[in-house]
Amino acid sequence: MGFLDINNATKAYGSVEVLHKVDISVEEGEFLVLVGPSGCGKSTLLNMIAGLEEITTGEIAIKGETMNGVHPSKRNIAMVFQSYALYPNMTVGQNITFGLEMHGTPKAERDRAMNEVAEMLQITQLLNRKPGQLSGGQRQRVAMGRALVRNPDVFLFDEPLSNLDAKLRVDMRTEIKKLHQNLGTTIVYVTHDQIEAMTLSTRIAVMNGGYVQQLGTPKEIYDTPANIFVASFMGSPSMNLLSAKIRVEGDRAMADITQGEGTVSLAMTNAGPRLKTYDGQTITLGIRPESITDPDGADRHSQHIETIQARIDVTEPAGSDTFVTTTLGGKDCIARMRADADVRAGQTVDLAINMEKAIPFDPKTENRIA
Amino acid sequence: MSVASSDSAVRMSRFTRTLIYLFLLLFALFYLLPLFVMVVNSLKPLSEITGGNMMALPQVWTIEPWLAAWSTAQIGVEPTGLRPYFWNSIKMVVPAVAISTILGALNGYVLTKWSFRGDKILYGLMLFACFIPFQMVLIPMARVLGVTGLAGSTPGLILVHVVYGIGFSTLYFRNYYAAFPTELVRAAQIDGAGFFRIFWRIMLPSSGPIIVVCVIWQFTNIWNDFLFGASFADFDSQPMTVALNNLVQSSTGVKEYNVHFAGAILAALPTLLVYIVAGRYFVRGLMAGSVKG
Ligand SMILES: Nc1ncnc2c1ncn2[C@@H]1O[C@H](COP(=O)(O)OP(=O)(O)OP(=O)(O)O)[C@@H](O)[C@H]1O
Ligand SMILES: [Mg+2]
Repeated sequence: MGFLDINNATKAYGSVEVLHKVDISVEEGEFLVLVGPSGCGKSTLLNMIAGLEEITTGEIAIKGETMNGVHPSKRNIAMVFQSYALYPNMTVGQNITFGLEMHGTPKAERDRAMNEVAEMLQITQLLNRKPGQLSGGQRQRVAMGRALVRNPDVFLFDEPLSNLDAKLRVDMRTEIKKLHQNLGTTIVYVTHDQIEAMTLSTRIAVMNGGYVQQLGTPKEIYDTPANIFVASFMGSPSMNLLSAKIRVEGDRAMADITQGEGTVSLAMTNAGPRLKTYDGQTITLGIRPESITDPDGADRHSQHIETIQARIDVTEPAGSDTFVTTTLGGKDCIARMRADADVRAGQTVDLAINMEKAIPFDPKTENRIA
Repeated sequence: MSVASSDSAVRMSRFTRTLIYLFLLLFALFYLLPLFVMVVNSLKPLSEITGGNMMALPQVWTIEPWLAAWSTAQIGVEPTGLRPYFWNSIKMVVPAVAISTILGALNGYVLTKWSFRGDKILYGLMLFACFIPFQMVLIPMARVLGVTGLAGSTPGLILVHVVYGIGFSTLYFRNYYAAFPTELVRAAQIDGAGFFRIFWRIMLPSSGPIIVVCVIWQFTNIWNDFLFGASFADFDSQPMTVALNNLVQSSTGVKEYNVHFAGAILAALPTLLVYIVAGRYFVRGLMAGSVKG
């Protein structure tokens, strides 16, 4: 039993089930990120934890106490909304202390708590302003201050950064991470931005269509995705998914991939034993762009690098790297080269593929072949 | 070429603008003419009206007709002037406007932020109340007032106007609160505020513009109502409009047109005042909302 337990929770609107048997256990001090495409049920799940949406079946418990039917204000949670939801008629200071006031905290204590939080978030000079007179980043801080001041058991964030511009988003992301590290609070955080998910979380729940597709640490999610959805949702540019034919050769499985008129054969060293049962069948082979590089840029710690020759179709210099597109297995395949790699469209160059990181998927079930 | 065309465009627009102002001026004159006639004639002795031109300025300026209309003119059989009826109207309008506005705000709040099964149907039915003609409710309302013992009293009139006004005030507030972010209500819920505290501390303070709209509308309608006042009021609860009618209809002696004019202006003054005072806040409220971002 964890700090926050979601046991087989489902949510239905009328006859439509939008969340199916969600089962997540969060430990104290964890930073859980719910990530997934629009409409997958992230906000619904968060609102169920907050008590703003009823739980249709199943249970949600905080510190071992069931929260079903408990009013939001009695759950000792705090929530930061996407629109910040600052009360427009109150000053920043009143916004921050409204919750304490509602819980009957004496004025002196409220002011002390407010000043403490304002100092931590560096918004002391804004306390007498109205939310309408603040910039987006400042509003974001005030919203966090309002959550922090109550010293809750669990913080809930619903896409708190999606209204900010790109630069500010990165800054605030770092601040949230610092805050978590300093305070050690338990956080459930909703986003549809996979980079936010990777950088902030201690664990990620990837959701799609009301199902939790995979729950794991960022590294687990990234390196051993449970299925094709998770593999292609996480990572940018997304993972290359190539058709490959499995051929068992002694104690090795080889993946044959068509390239132009011919085929390239790649040895699948890092795959589980079940891959051999796919002898003669076609699978989907997932290789991330950063695992296909120019030979000089290849991972020196990798035990197994295959080098192939490929014709470059398009090059996209992105400053820190150069992304190149080639054709493998009949599909576009993106490779990541060093920024100063000397490649031009139309050239044929050597590409080094880090086969340790190649992941086979069953094309029918879309699950990883373990 | 382009310089020439833009030049002529400016001249064009100046010409159009002159035309528009001319039209506006004309219409303003057209609408202000009756007011002019009323004011001018209320400040003349009666002999100047009966003997001469309605449009002319007074030769002898006098406020006698105003004083008479206010405190001594014959209303029906009593020479009381309009004063007691003015207070009757105030005693009826202020509570009726306040109650119907607050109930409308509560209804709008519940209908948008605490949705329940059948709320759409309920709202539809309340909207229906806006379209029921006055005449249709006269007899049922008389019966209700009779049964409750409120017939012929100011509280009875207040009840009638509140019931009639709730449809409109609900319509105003529901539409206003529909655009009010639900996340604010949720945040307040998490902060521990209950139903009424959210209404009082979060919703109402942000409702300035719509409160003004609602108050103007209700005040004008209730103050100007004649039918309900004539049907349901006794002597000691008759509103200004009914009294004005009685003043004009008084059959004893000569018709004192100057007093009638003054009385009519007196009867219209409060609504005018509400427009002038609250109208400015209305515009201000709208502006504040649009800049807030
Ligand atoms: N009141 C409702 N009635 C019926 N269906 C609803 C209701 N609220 C949400 N849904 C459905 O539930 C699903 C999940 O919605 P939710 O808001 O949780 O998505 P989300 O993952 O937060 O998406 P986004 O990233 O766009 O915010 C959606 O398919 C939505 O259409
Ligand atoms: Mg959402």
